[in-house]
Amino acid sequence: MKFNLFRVFVVLLFLAVPVLGVWTFVDAERWKMWFPEGVTTYAGEIDFLFDIILWMVAITFVGTEFLLVWAIWRFSKKEDGKVTYTHGNHTLEVVWSAVPALLLIFIAFSQMGAWSTIKMNFPDEGPYTVDAPMMEVIAGQFDWWVRYPDEEGNFRGEDVIDVPFDIHVPVNTKVVFRLKSRDVLHSFFVPKFRLKQDAVPGMSIPVWFEATETGSYDLICAELCGWGHYKMAGRVHVLEEQEYEDWLSQKRSELYAND
Amino acid sequence: MSSHAPATPLGIDPAGTVHSSHEHHELGFWRRYIFSTDHKVIGLQFLFTGLVMLLFGGLMAMAIRWQLAYPWTEMPLVGKILFPETGGVATPEGYTMLFTMHGTLMIFFVIIPLLTGTFGNFLIPLMLGAPDMAFPRLNMIGYWFWWPGIVLILLSFGAEGGGPAAGWTSYPPLSTIETAAPGSLQGQNLWLLSLTFVGVSSMMGAINYVTTIVKMRAPGMTYFRMPLSIWGLFISALLQLFALPVLTAAGFMQLFDRVLDTGFFTPTNTTINGLTPEAGELAAGGHPLLWQHLFWFYSHPAVYIMVLPAMGFASDILSVNARKPIFGYKPMAYSMAGIAGLGFIVWGHHMFMSGMNPAVGLVFMTATVLIAMPSAVKVFNWLGTLWGSSIRLNTSMLFALAFVSMFIIGGLSGIWMACTAVDIYIHDTYIIVAHFHYVVFAGSVLAIFGALYHWFPKMFGRMMNETLGKIHFVGTFIFTNGVFYMMHQLGIAGLMRRTADPYAYETFAHMQPMNQFISICAFCLLFWQVFFVINFFGSMFLGKRVGRNPWKACSLEWVAPSPPGHGNFDRELAVHHGPYEYGVPGQREDYCPQTVEIDAAPTPVEEPVLA
Repeated sequence: MKFNLFRVFVVLLFLAVPVLGVWTFVDAERWKMWFPEGVTTYAGEIDFLFDIILWMVAITFVGTEFLLVWAIWRFSKKEDGKVTYTHGNHTLEVVWSAVPALLLIFIAFSQMGAWSTIKMNFPDEGPYTVDAPMMEVIAGQFDWWVRYPDEEGNFRGEDVIDVPFDIHVPVNTKVVFRLKSRDVLHSFFVPKFRLKQDAVPGMSIPVWFEATETGSYDLICAELCGWGHYKMAGRVHVLEEQEYEDWLSQKRSELYAND
Repeated sequence: MSSHAPATPLGIDPAGTVHSSHEHHELGFWRRYIFSTDHKVIGLQFLFTGLVMLLFGGLMAMAIRWQLAYPWTEMPLVGKILFPETGGVATPEGYTMLFTMHGTLMIFFVIIPLLTGTFGNFLIPLMLGAPDMAFPRLNMIGYWFWWPGIVLILLSFGAEGGGPAAGWTSYPPLSTIETAAPGSLQGQNLWLLSLTFVGVSSMMGAINYVTTIVKMRAPGMTYFRMPLSIWGLFISALLQLFALPVLTAAGFMQLFDRVLDTGFFTPTNTTINGLTPEAGELAAGGHPLLWQHLFWFYSHPAVYIMVLPAMGFASDILSVNARKPIFGYKPMAYSMAGIAGLGFIVWGHHMFMSGMNPAVGLVFMTATVLIAMPSAVKVFNWLGTLWGSSIRLNTSMLFALAFVSMFIIGGLSGIWMACTAVDIYIHDTYIIVAHFHYVVFAGSVLAIFGALYHWFPKMFGRMMNETLGKIHFVGTFIFTNGVFYMMHQLGIAGLMRRTADPYAYETFAHMQPMNQFISICAFCLLFWQVFFVINFFGSMFLGKRVGRNPWKACSLEWVAPSPPGHGNFDRELAVHHGPYEYGVPGQREDYCPQTVEIDAAPTPVEEPVLA
């Protein structure tokens, strides 16, 4: 009898894995343990791709875990009972190799569009391009320096604008910038933008985004960069176009006033 | 040969515990227990050392969890030892050192040595019917080459500036430029030297495992009659043989960068803290991504080194305690080979955000998601093994079942991070931490526990206590999930790993209560291992004595006495069939040892099993 009670307990224990597992995912949004609201043109696409995989994973997870729980319950009933003597089944092996393989290849191909949009296809028209970026973001221990070019578009010289920690960009504009590091590896991560890119010393990496909502957002260093890594915090301020122009001209006039 | 063994139909001595070696020659204490060339003693040496390192690594995890739950407050118990200058409060550089060393210890000093060092040594000759390893002396040297690694890594805690703190991945330039981090003073040199010794030790082991498996199988033991544990150990040894030289070379390159001012990984014009670099570094001409390629070329296969043997152990334990042949033996072996083969061409998935050409990322993504296919095949075959079986719910079986349940989680969550576009967001967040802990802790460590409960009778000739074992299992299972499951959701909400105090960010400010819950589960998880420690060491002296084959298992190690004497087997072996002949119809017993022909199987002479 003692053994039987334990068997029930074990089955409940293994059953708790899919039950609690699904419940915590369903309720995560209520606890604010889910995606923060996305505010770029491609954020929705990334969330959608995540959700496609989430559904496939959830179905597989629940299915296999329930099969496991059922098998434990059903087949631990009797000890030393009769078992089905089999070494396998060729058809089953083919099916459960081919079906996952096809699904996985589908998943991989479904990713390629968004990936190339974000990391490979940079805007070639509009105010900012890879060759004429809006700004340079230079990461270093443990700060972010944002450099806006002078009116001729040069990033060297007396009239460039250097702003520490705070990035100002206009809303609804394809912003292209170059990401650099002056010392070790860092990573440019704005959760609400769904954007992450490592900054590598010796490289000048183009990055683009188009913010769809004004506001201030956390910029986080996402690659270990030393003792101060945890507090290498910046802010991205997405402004209305006019506000941005005003901010930029104010910065320029401050610069000229200092001369 | 044992003198008092009456020839039973099986040729097995029913009294069980025969130390045939003692009649041949007596070795002194040093040769028998310390500088032993006996694979079983070396296996146990790896086991005890690895368990002590597991405690160190676990305590470091607790310190990390304390800081994440109650940042910048006095850490109880270990705080005073780790941070004496601040009265037990973690420092930011101390925190980076903690997770660096937690990862390093757990990977190189716990999981790999426990899986390959302990069980590779103990099981390979026994399961193949060999008297010892192919190169017993090399085997002994392999264990003792691990020790300089242990000493150096422990010394690095006391190095000037503290222990290495560039992450277990040790990315340059943080790790190569001395002024970049306090841990990049002498600590990093010791880390690199330590890993070189560990690598040489693993290499000696791997050479031994591969040679033994290829050359020393008992008559009739074909490759496809080997237990899946051996397949897992064989393939992970091959992975080590091919991948380790790259890590060793990369480690020396980094050491040269640090000591000789070569510039393999340091780009030109790197400045640290606004300081002009030394002349050598000014025109270094190196590239940080080179290290990442070399490092992950080893360390991604290393992930499979850390799980393939565990898959093998789980398969063996499942089949024995389900009293049913493994479902799809060959697909199981091929899928391990498939995981290992693909494992060599997926290292770039650690570098999607690194600045590597994004087009290359697409290739790595496709290869990476395909690894989920052989992994799925394994899960389905484990379920197939359980179907129509007759399950014995003993402790080792519970841990093996937990391995399957947890590996499903760890495997499935891997699909997200394999996908380039989704990875942009989740790269280096807690969902990654959840993923690899589900594979390596909830997977491999639980499988190691299962394997210890399963093979303990063979190691020490005594049973572990089942009641204590079940108590240990239940708590470990609950708290493991308590610790790691909610990390998925934290990661989806964006929480970054390796941040000492994330709550300063608006995005993460509300996550402290969840982290406190996780930390409390972690403390309970560590505390719960008291049941294991009591059971493990207590049973070594007080456990019920057993005969050769307490689980009524088919594979060869159960033909040997418990514990096996020097030379392992006290009879000639001939293998007639595969290792999973349970429940063969028309037989009087529900299992046919590999040494017995199926159609002529007599009743195996063996005492009954406890529940």
